Amino acid sequence: MSEPHIETPQELDDSDARPVDRAAPTGGGRPPAEPSGAADGDLLLEVDHVTLRFGGVVALNDVSFNLRRGEIFGLIGPNGAGKTTCFNAMTGVYQPTSGAIRFNGRSLVGRKKHEITRGGIARTFQNVRLFPEMTALENVMVGVDAHHKTSVVGALLRLPRHWREERTGRERSMELLRFVGISRRAGEVSRNLSYGEQRRLEIARALATNPTLLCLDEPAAGFNPAEKEDLLQLIRRIRDTGVTILLIEHDMRLVMGVTDRIVVLEFGRKIAEGTPAQVRDDEKVIAAYLGVPTDAA
Amino acid sequence: MNFSGLIHDFGPLTVTGLTQGAIIALFALGYTLVYGVLRLINFAHSEVFLLGTYGCLEMWGLFGLDENSATPSTIAVIGLLVLGLVVAIAASGVTALVVELVAYRPLRRRNAPPLAFLITAIGASLAISESTGVITHRQNKGVPSLIVQKSVFSIGNMHVTNLQLLIITMALVMMFVLDRFINRSRLGRGIRAVAQSPDSAALMGVNKSRVISLVFLLGGLMAGVAAVMYVLKIGTTRFDSGTLLGIQAFSAAVLGGIGNLRGALLGGLLLGLVENYAAEVFGSQWLNAAAFVLLVLTLLVRPTGLLGESLGRARA
Amino acid sequence: MTATTTAPPEPTKSGFRANGGVRGWFADLPGVARWAFLLLFAVLAYLLPYVGNIPGIGPQIITTGIDWPSALFDMSYFVLLALGLNVVVGFAGLLDLGYVGFFAVGAYSVALLTSPDSILHTKWAWLASVPVGLAVSMVAGLILGWPTLRLRGDYLAIVTLGFAEIIRIVATSTDTLRGDRGFTGVPHPPGSGGGKPIFGVADATPYFWLGLSVIILVILGVRNLDRSRVGRSWLAIREDEEAAEIMGVRTIKYKLWAFAIGAFIGGLGGVMFAGEQGFVNSDTFVLQFSILVLAGVVMGGAGNITGAILGGALVSYIPDRLRGISDPLFHTDLYGFRFAIFGVVIIVIMIFRPQGLIPSRRRAMELRDREKEVAPIE
Repeated sequence: MSEPHIETPQELDDSDARPVDRAAPTGGGRPPAEPSGAADGDLLLEVDHVTLRFGGVVALNDVSFNLRRGEIFGLIGPNGAGKTTCFNAMTGVYQPTSGAIRFNGRSLVGRKKHEITRGGIARTFQNVRLFPEMTALENVMVGVDAHHKTSVVGALLRLPRHWREERTGRERSMELLRFVGISRRAGEVSRNLSYGEQRRLEIARALATNPTLLCLDEPAAGFNPAEKEDLLQLIRRIRDTGVTILLIEHDMRLVMGVTDRIVVLEFGRKIAEGTPAQVRDDEKVIAAYLGVPTDAA
Repeated sequence: MNFSGLIHDFGPLTVTGLTQGAIIALFALGYTLVYGVLRLINFAHSEVFLLGTYGCLEMWGLFGLDENSATPSTIAVIGLLVLGLVVAIAASGVTALVVELVAYRPLRRRNAPPLAFLITAIGASLAISESTGVITHRQNKGVPSLIVQKSVFSIGNMHVTNLQLLIITMALVMMFVLDRFINRSRLGRGIRAVAQSPDSAALMGVNKSRVISLVFLLGGLMAGVAAVMYVLKIGTTRFDSGTLLGIQAFSAAVLGGIGNLRGALLGGLLLGLVENYAAEVFGSQWLNAAAFVLLVLTLLVRPTGLLGESLGRARA
Repeated sequence: MTATTTAPPEPTKSGFRANGGVRGWFADLPGVARWAFLLLFAVLAYLLPYVGNIPGIGPQIITTGIDWPSALFDMSYFVLLALGLNVVVGFAGLLDLGYVGFFAVGAYSVALLTSPDSILHTKWAWLASVPVGLAVSMVAGLILGWPTLRLRGDYLAIVTLGFAEIIRIVATSTDTLRGDRGFTGVPHPPGSGGGKPIFGVADATPYFWLGLSVIILVILGVRNLDRSRVGRSWLAIREDEEAAEIMGVRTIKYKLWAFAIGAFIGGLGGVMFAGEQGFVNSDTFVLQFSILVLAGVVMGGAGNITGAILGGALVSYIPDRLRGISDPLFHTDLYGFRFAIFGVVIIVIMIFRPQGLIPSRRRAMELRDREKEVAPIE
């Protein structure tokens, strides 16, 4: 699975020093500018007393935490804790019943999915949702298209912008495929890719939308230890390009190894928050995962 | 726009509307059943209905009856009605089963995407209706007047005839019977199980194929009854009689809540009423448009319909 | 195949891998050769009216019950309609069962503006009415598209079906559109050569050539769209609409465009049809017509241009070829069987070869996770 020619971030870092702008030449727009003076450590995403009910079920119960720019943030918890629900709420797929979710200071409520993506949040899926009949390259190009400006009429008449954006789009897509290490398979129809390649393709596609925040939903599911190690490296490299990362994961070693801070959910509530070291030793967390011995009341 | 007519004739329009609605409701039950279990719009259901109409007409034709015949005696009429119902139900039921077997089952085996089913459904509908058209030279087929319309009771200027009573009663009875069957019988439980969760049902030992065939058969049954009621009321049938009524019936099913049996009844009756009122106010050519307009409105405003989707629960 | 194990293969110009077979061979030809072949095909197409002169098979190919140039013209507007419906069904994955509605709108717009029977009394020339007809068709596409695009696929199908029926009902029962009396005296396209009008009433050949030219333009346009972000967006929507939206694809916008473009092309067929026939009435625009075009698209192979052309041509050619032949059982002209025949063809194709005669490079009509579509349940 390891690619002999994994490119280093230097390849991508051809222009500016500002972290986010590093995702460079698409010839189109970029994510909406953060408030000027923003730097690593600023609040990027705020989950503010969010409760989410599905009919009678309370999936999230008054959950609050914040993501800071530039960090790798983990969201963990036993099965049924509400991680995916929380994740979906944070990416705009679900609307909270009460409470607020703010990205860059602005509320996410009611925004259309593609607006959210254009606003700088990208995600991958727990069960890989690639476009199966498109090649790897085309899958990524769909992501790059998100910030392109060619209109339907422009495409029809083959105006200059179309050619320009197609060319830069293809270059950028190949860059991203190299970045995640599957450029060799660019012309392959995505359903023919191996599981690991598909997962990496999904990440490439998400990165193609120039996100400020990348949300990974169980990116290591089904990976063997070597693959998980590669993924860990990839996540670090992504963060090094200036993208903030939110991660849901079951694998403790991966989470402990790569994240800066973690939030632990259980039964829809936050039960712990802190650095990996803090969380690992937290009694409530241990109880949540392993259960409480019967003699302890 | 004729509002005074609407107010003046409200009674008669209501009765006519309910009668028409009853036929639509019976027809809609078939759509809603199949959709509730298979998530499939059975476009060919309109032809299931169509062949029911031809079935009973041919049967009556065997007795030498056509649109010009004199009305037979009451005993004979009852006998003919029963016979007509049986034949229509048989014709519709068989058609439904054949369509399922030939057109849908092979696709189900291959796990074809839903779009494929829709396309096949429309192909089946076209094939059957057009073949019928060719065979009948696209001519109308008249119906013997078995029931002479006689007013049974009146309230003001609203006269309720024997035929109208018959039709409305039939619809209510069939709905009741079907509802009982779905809710109380073992086979009905199987249907509800498959409607809710086909794979779990299979794991519990329910024979999915058989359930599906049963569902189509039941739909055909209802359509057969609708067919007889239809020919008695309208007095004629044609190779394309199924199509327009089919759109109306599907609209009614959606209006009431697709997958919901009582919804089909409610939707049918409501649609019949609305159509008649609309025809009075706006003119009769807009009668058919009413169904479509109602369908679009329902889908936009309250897509689950008045009573909500729920064959799984088979209850409002 | 260009894949090697050492260097990353340069993806072909259009970013996809060519299959084997004829399509692969064709795609691997150098650009000049490809264009030469296409040019050759185009030229041969223009020569189709003279096919009857080929010794031996010529007379077998051409139609007997109807004159050959008219049959060719019929094929040309059917192909146009198939191309248009292919954009909606094949590319964007939206099952439009009422496509004939746009054809009708185009034809009726022309009739209303040009015919002396029309209440508008405008009596324009055909050419002047064409842009209006096309614009109105596009608007009709948007009017139909806008409320329906959030519906689940099967509801979309039935609503579009109802839409076409409404148009037919309006056409049949309102006086403005004159039902089956129709509009007579619709003028023909302009132009004269050697003193006589090119587009006369006797010979349909010039109409066929006009239709063929329009087809070529439409093919170029649709192809341009397919190989651009528009085509990618359509494919993404078709494969997984929710994922597409999450990846930033403006799904509503592109679906609307698909409808509008499909409607435009349908309208193109309509305006040409009106100009050739000189007469427009409600008999043509029946529901079965929509399904016939759908049969053509599906049979030819939805999602690819070649398939749409082949399918459209076949659903027109086969009935026309059978015209004049009566069947022994019902003594009906075989032409009257066309809907029944193609209804059966649809079933057979969907069961045995759903990808159609010319499979799309991609499996067309791919629809995943329909439950995730914005559906009435949610």
